[in-house]
Amino acid sequence: MDLFEYQARDLFAAHGVPVLPAEIATSPEAARAAAQALRGTVVVKAQVKTGGRGKAGGVRLARTPKEAEAHAAAILGSDINGHTVRTVMVAEAASIAEEYYFSVLLDRANRGYLAMASREGGMDIERLAVERPEALARVRVDALEGIDAAKAAEIVAVAGLPAEVADAVAAVIVTIWGVFTAEDATLVEINPLVRTTDGAIIALDGKVTLDDNATFRHHEHERYVDHSATDPLEAKAVERGLNYVKLDGSVGVIGNGAGLVMSTLDVVARAGEAHGGVRPANFLDIGGGASAEVMADGLDIILNDPQVRSVFVNVFGGITACDAVAGGIVRALGLLGERNDKITRPVVVRLDGNNADLGRKILSEADLPHLEQADTMDGGASRAAELAARKA
Amino acid sequence: MAIFLTETSRVVVQGLTGAEGMKHTRRMLRSGTTVVGGVNPRKAGTSVEFDDGVTVPVFGSVSDAMAEVSPDVSVIFVPAKFAKDAVFEAVDAGMPLVVVITEGCAVHDTADFFQYARNAGTTRIIGPNCPGLISPGRSNAGIIPADIAGAGPIGLVSKSGTLTYQMMYELRDIGFSSAVGIGGDPIIGTTHIDVLEAFEADPETKAIVMIGEIGGDAEERAAAYIAEHVSTPVVGYVAGFTAPEGKTMGHAGAIVSGSSGTAQAKKEALEAAGVKVGRTPSETARLMREVIASL
Repeated sequence: MDLFEYQARDLFAAHGVPVLPAEIATSPEAARAAAQALRGTVVVKAQVKTGGRGKAGGVRLARTPKEAEAHAAAILGSDINGHTVRTVMVAEAASIAEEYYFSVLLDRANRGYLAMASREGGMDIERLAVERPEALARVRVDALEGIDAAKAAEIVAVAGLPAEVADAVAAVIVTIWGVFTAEDATLVEINPLVRTTDGAIIALDGKVTLDDNATFRHHEHERYVDHSATDPLEAKAVERGLNYVKLDGSVGVIGNGAGLVMSTLDVVARAGEAHGGVRPANFLDIGGGASAEVMADGLDIILNDPQVRSVFVNVFGGITACDAVAGGIVRALGLLGERNDKITRPVVVRLDGNNADLGRKILSEADLPHLEQADTMDGGASRAAELAARKA
Repeated sequence: MAIFLTETSRVVVQGLTGAEGMKHTRRMLRSGTTVVGGVNPRKAGTSVEFDDGVTVPVFGSVSDAMAEVSPDVSVIFVPAKFAKDAVFEAVDAGMPLVVVITEGCAVHDTADFFQYARNAGTTRIIGPNCPGLISPGRSNAGIIPADIAGAGPIGLVSKSGTLTYQMMYELRDIGFSSAVGIGGDPIIGTTHIDVLEAFEADPETKAIVMIGEIGGDAEERAAAYIAEHVSTPVVGYVAGFTAPEGKTMGHAGAIVSGSSGTAQAKKEALEAAGVKVGRTPSETARLMREVIASL
């Protein structure tokens, strides 16, 4: 889960990372009041989870509260790279002498963490990494040892930060490590980390990604879930504990197991090429269990998507036998028939694996009007794509 | 031979007395696995009876189990919040192979227990969030259904559980030396490369099928490794061509970030290393049949 800048700033403040005073506002009037409270020159910053805000006019300097109000009016409701701005952060303006970069993140390849630092902050770090990799120091961090004062000093030295700020930056890096580890983050990035003209080291902008799997010890992270940006069907799926991702096609997909469902999407998209470019409408993994209730919830969500014109249920009976899954599908369609008076869109089911014959027999005998079976994954995908391509 | 897991493997189950632990221990026993004990500190000294009068003793700790019944594999089913302690305990007891089935582990916990095992230098971890591994007809450590396919010359390594089952099913008439589900989390104890290395050294494995998915660059690194070190023929499959950028697709590690971690890049890297890559699981199975026929 990615945080907004203001949420990252609050976390930084809570863990002793130096930040500037700031307030959030969702209206121009509130922005004006915030600027008044902060006094002096402020920066009005769009709160969107995407890069390139500055270029898009989403970060503006305001010398007076009135100016802050005008900037907020211009920024709020605007679109930045497809993200609508609903909140601005009004922050005290810094007097910047130098800009640095620091991040700590998960290192999948080395199975630990990686700290990155540069004396050239403020710019697009991915570009810096490509164009001048020597300007970006990379230091491996051992998961159990973490970043203590000595490790932070090493990072600062490798990055070649100026001697006069080395100690101060190292101290800030230790506090950033505190955010990373205490909050179960997979990324904490400060860009820029600045030296102000009066010599202070300040985290001026930050990005934080939290580990969704760590919510068992961070119930407080639930407040960061951004319901406004979530697709309504995705929100409904989350409520029911389903693993669902909305896509833009017309073939609804249900399967068991993340890998098999990803694979099913690919097979549907390929099959769809022969039917005018039909694409999958969603990712939905109902897990190994594939119970009737979960199947019903899954079908319900998919059939509530007006873009869906056919559904492909692709199940490999491994731990759960296909006869149990077939029973689940029959009961699910029954349950849905009660919930919802008409299920008119065709459902193609492919069952394979453990007790597949029994499962297929159950489906045939149930004789459901909109259900048909496929022998193979490729065949089922092709049929579902063909059905989705038919004229309404 | 088979890799990592053989007919002499002695399995202990951490979390045996939980619902998942019980269900899958029963299945492991039925498929011929030698399960020598379970671990639950609150049920030390008791035992659990399974089919055909098989009784599995429960120990208070992994080290007690080690002293009493000499296991060399531990399969972990404990809930995610206890997984780190469970792995630490197994590493402390000197367990050679630890298979973490547990789903939903916090990645900081995984990083910690992986580093802990790395420091000890005596434990291989498989997983977390994986189906485990099976050497058909010999032993089964985890949740892979044992009746999909029998023993044979193919080695399989996969990030995905159900794609493992699907591929074993497609090639069930040929059979497998071992099938290893390494899991789809961002940090995993055993990588594609580790498994490829073991299959390369296994004279019984004549061909390898490698299943990857979006996220990270493990497949690209595996491709480079294959080009340098693997003479056994490898057939590949990558899932997730249709996945949108920035969305986690079920597995915590399955995410395309910016332009990195795409299925296309992985497929290209594998093909550049001489690996034939199928566009669907069925096509991948066909490619494997061609390889087997040409041996």
